[in-house]
Amino acid sequence: MPDVVFRILALIKKELLAMLKDRRTRTSLFLPPVLQSLLFGYAASYDLNHVPYAVVDQNRSEASRAFLARLDGSGVFERVVTLRSAADIQDCIDHRRALLVVQFDQNFERNLQAGRPARVQVIADGRNSNTANTAVAYVGAVADAFGAQWQEDHDQPGPPVTVTTRAWYNPALETRWNMIPALVGTLTMLQTLLLTAMSVAREREQGTFDQLLVTPYRPSEIMVGKAVPSMMVGTLQATLILVVAQLWFRIPFEGSFLTLYAGLGVFLLAAVGMGLMVSSFVATMQEAMFFSFVLIMPFTLLSGLTTPIANMPRALQYFTMINPLRYAIDMARRVYLEGAGLPQIVPDLWPLVIIGAITLPIAAWMFRHRLT
Amino acid sequence: MKPGRPGGTRGKLRRIVALARKETYQLTRDPSSIAIGMVMPALLVLLFGYGLSLDVTNVPVAIAVEDPSPIAMDLAAGFRLSRYFDAVLVPSMAQAEQLMLDDEVKGIVRIRPDFSRHMAIGDAEVQVILHGTDANTARIVQGYAQGAVAQWTARRAAEGYTVTSPPVVVESRLWFNEANDSRYFLVPGLIVLVMTLIGAFLTALVIAREWERGTFEALFATPVHTDEILVGKTIPYFVMGMIGLALCIVAGVFLFHVPLRGSIWILVGVSMLYLLVALGTGLWVSSVTKSQFVASQLALLLTFLPAMMLSGFLFDLRSMPAAVRAITYILPARYYVALLQTLFLAGDIWGVIIPNAAVLAVMAAGLLVMCRAATRKRLA
Repeated sequence: MPDVVFRILALIKKELLAMLKDRRTRTSLFLPPVLQSLLFGYAASYDLNHVPYAVVDQNRSEASRAFLARLDGSGVFERVVTLRSAADIQDCIDHRRALLVVQFDQNFERNLQAGRPARVQVIADGRNSNTANTAVAYVGAVADAFGAQWQEDHDQPGPPVTVTTRAWYNPALETRWNMIPALVGTLTMLQTLLLTAMSVAREREQGTFDQLLVTPYRPSEIMVGKAVPSMMVGTLQATLILVVAQLWFRIPFEGSFLTLYAGLGVFLLAAVGMGLMVSSFVATMQEAMFFSFVLIMPFTLLSGLTTPIANMPRALQYFTMINPLRYAIDMARRVYLEGAGLPQIVPDLWPLVIIGAITLPIAAWMFRHRLT
Repeated sequence: MKPGRPGGTRGKLRRIVALARKETYQLTRDPSSIAIGMVMPALLVLLFGYGLSLDVTNVPVAIAVEDPSPIAMDLAAGFRLSRYFDAVLVPSMAQAEQLMLDDEVKGIVRIRPDFSRHMAIGDAEVQVILHGTDANTARIVQGYAQGAVAQWTARRAAEGYTVTSPPVVVESRLWFNEANDSRYFLVPGLIVLVMTLIGAFLTALVIAREWERGTFEALFATPVHTDEILVGKTIPYFVMGMIGLALCIVAGVFLFHVPLRGSIWILVGVSMLYLLVALGTGLWVSSVTKSQFVASQLALLLTFLPAMMLSGFLFDLRSMPAAVRAITYILPARYYVALLQTLFLAGDIWGVIIPNAAVLAVMAAGLLVMCRAATRKRLA
């Protein structure tokens, strides 16, 4: 029995050496997760903090100026140009000088004073409709605040119903809070899957894999020897990202690290299983890279990382059930932001266990039965 | 046939054709390359064209009606009628909170016990509690909730109840995307991803593989020039990229009905430029790293992830901090995304096309020079 352990330990040691002895490989494994979580933490956000806008003010009144002052004072909107007439709007939007144009008609102030609805027209550049919608919603919020202030100052009755909002788990509704925990799963999967697939493919290409097969190692032992080092690398990468999330972005961690790492362990098992399965089918590193990518791309885009799974058509939602990243992202977000415990993340864990239980044996069997 | 002189134009052409042919054989005999070049673009566009969407409908929400009066029930019915919500009525806040804790609903609309009394005075309040984990969806849901309440108020006004309308009404119009369909900007973004994938990823391993196998030294012993090697290696991948582009455009226009308002020829032209840049990046990475493994990691980090995250395809570039924005300026994907979104949705706006295309052209030229330098240096 200890024999097996020693043999596997030797293999793990050899694998780690092969992976980490080269400085460039070392750098390419541990620097990118840190840089990417920093970069994407800032970049991958649907929140807007800089909206260039233009104005067409046909009213030129106290009220329209007060409205604009509120926009400018929000810290989000920056007036880039004041247009003379509505005819200039097209050029301004077409050339992307402004994301939106705010237009007041001649009766803006008169309507306000008479208690009739005063209209503010907003024309937005819909080339990215999500950004445009968000910006328009910001203008709407400014308009509501302006309207409430106006009614108060002019002793007009307020609206009969007001809506107040509160958000759980992410009080300021920052995309970053949602993105960084998701990156823990995404970035580690990208690299561990590729790393595992490439490490076997490299041995095959260099002929050392056949040598490994004629040693007393069983295929399952080779599999463990290949899987464990990759999982170790993945865990270390995840830790680096968590450090960035907490020390740099200061996103409060609600859950328990034990739960998170248990979940990550199961996830890495599934990711490494996918990588090993890819590697067991291919003969060259180039093929390994192709097929890893064929998996990584849909997995990343259909994982809920950038667009919610609930928005997808039903058929594709079923497809995402074989996507390990989907569960990892859900698990990481729930543990990190909601403080979910082990029992609550079980629905995310068992599919990962099944993915690992299918991919790993296939890989081990293929090691022996595919000789090139 | 008489071989051309090593320095002559005919000889040059002959050698390039021979190399391109060798590379094409290698490409077509490897089924996985065909898969990446032809099947992948089609699959990706289908999968993501259908799969990626930021349009939220049927959001599961709980409506905690703590006030069983007719007026409160009427408001709750307003939410149930909205196509944006999939509402469940619960009589207490505790039950609603439990649903939210279990991730069953994405929000709670709370109608307090004193709602009807306040409604009579005219200062009623509806509380909306959002599941903030997905901030973008939460914000959209917030907008829908406000819309639902406003609609209900307007309906009551129409039915003769005295209600005051909000003093300022924002009327918005989305140019270029009147239907407010997120697919309109996601499909052009996908073309960027597909072109990046074919261009940079496939080629990244090409020269690295020749170095690992030692066939590169063999090439040096032939009369082939460095430029000829580069051109010969690029041609087959370039052709494959163009086929991928054609598939994407056809799917985007005919399947997803994304309007193509600009000229298709300009679209093809700028895509060629971008493809050259992507190919150049791939070749450069492979000739610098010399190792397939490092090349694969670098290609992933330098091309795919930035094309998705830092190109303006999903996230607005203007809202990024200055340091991150500075990085986006050196990424070719940024310019290509601007070009595609404009050409597809807005039309031939030269003020956008010329500067962006010019940057891509400069990048393509620069990368080819860098590739040449990186490949030649090894000769010494």
